[in-house]
Amino acid sequence: MSVRVGVVTFPGSLDDRDAARAVRIAGGQAVALWHGDDDLRNVDAVILPGGFSYGDYLRCGAIARFAPVMRSIIERASAGMPLLGICNGFQILCESQLLPGALTRNDSLHFICRDQRLRVENTSSAWTSGFMSGQEIVIPLKNGEGGYVADERTLDALEAEGRVVARYLEVNPNGSRRDIAGITNERGNVVGLMPHPEHAVEPLTGPTTDGTPFFTSVLKSLVSA
Amino acid sequence: MARVVVDVMLKPEILDPQGRAVEGSLRRLGLTGVNDVRQGKQFIIDLDGVVEGARLELLETLAAELLSNPVIEDYKLKVIEDPA
Repeated sequence: MSVRVGVVTFPGSLDDRDAARAVRIAGGQAVALWHGDDDLRNVDAVILPGGFSYGDYLRCGAIARFAPVMRSIIERASAGMPLLGICNGFQILCESQLLPGALTRNDSLHFICRDQRLRVENTSSAWTSGFMSGQEIVIPLKNGEGGYVADERTLDALEAEGRVVARYLEVNPNGSRRDIAGITNERGNVVGLMPHPEHAVEPLTGPTTDGTPFFTSVLKSLVSA
Repeated sequence: MARVVVDVMLKPEILDPQGRAVEGSLRRLGLTGVNDVRQGKQFIIDLDGVVEGARLELLETLAAELLSNPVIEDYKLKVIEDPA
């Protein structure tokens, strides 16, 4: 039986279809989850997709954090279930305090959309074990509030514990502290990423297929678990 | 009747690019001597009854956890009984 990966749709989610497709391309079974329903339908992992949940009202991800589905997700993730937040999903993970820090308005004030070069630095998380340490990849980035901030102590701890999953190369597109593009929690099951691996899984529609290992990694980690 | 006013501001150490853009506009429009501009949010919550005890505590919690993000923002909560 194939691994079941849930993809949550909030009002205003944009990339739920692409995330589900990426799961299927990687060989998993994508399961649609609804923000208003706390039933996780027996999934083995969950993706919080990009978009503008609840119109980005109040703060990005601030209202999604309190959606019924998030209660179940926070509970399961705290017990070790793999959870990936992409873009708006990363913002939701920070608002939920599953990951430290916060995402703020890009320092340029512009919405940035570009193919972004990254270096994958952590290859032990549930979502990045399929990369080689230091591997450089190019995947799309598109955000208005992607500037990662945290206090110096938190940043130092993230670096010391190897919890910076990916860093921006060549250009820091949004003013993120220490060029941070993605981080993981201590356990390595929760990952937040500002760029979009789900848009880089097919040669026809993506700049590369460099995003695929995020999805194959989690399938592999669940099968071997 | 009571009114609760919650002001939310980015912490001083957090870069405020919106405030900086507004600062540039103020200068271009002829305002001199501008040192700094910070942009924030204000929530005005009108309630029945009085705001005290457990209800005030809940409001403090909501201001700290929903209306603001403690990682990047500070809030100030003010209760105005019998607003005109």
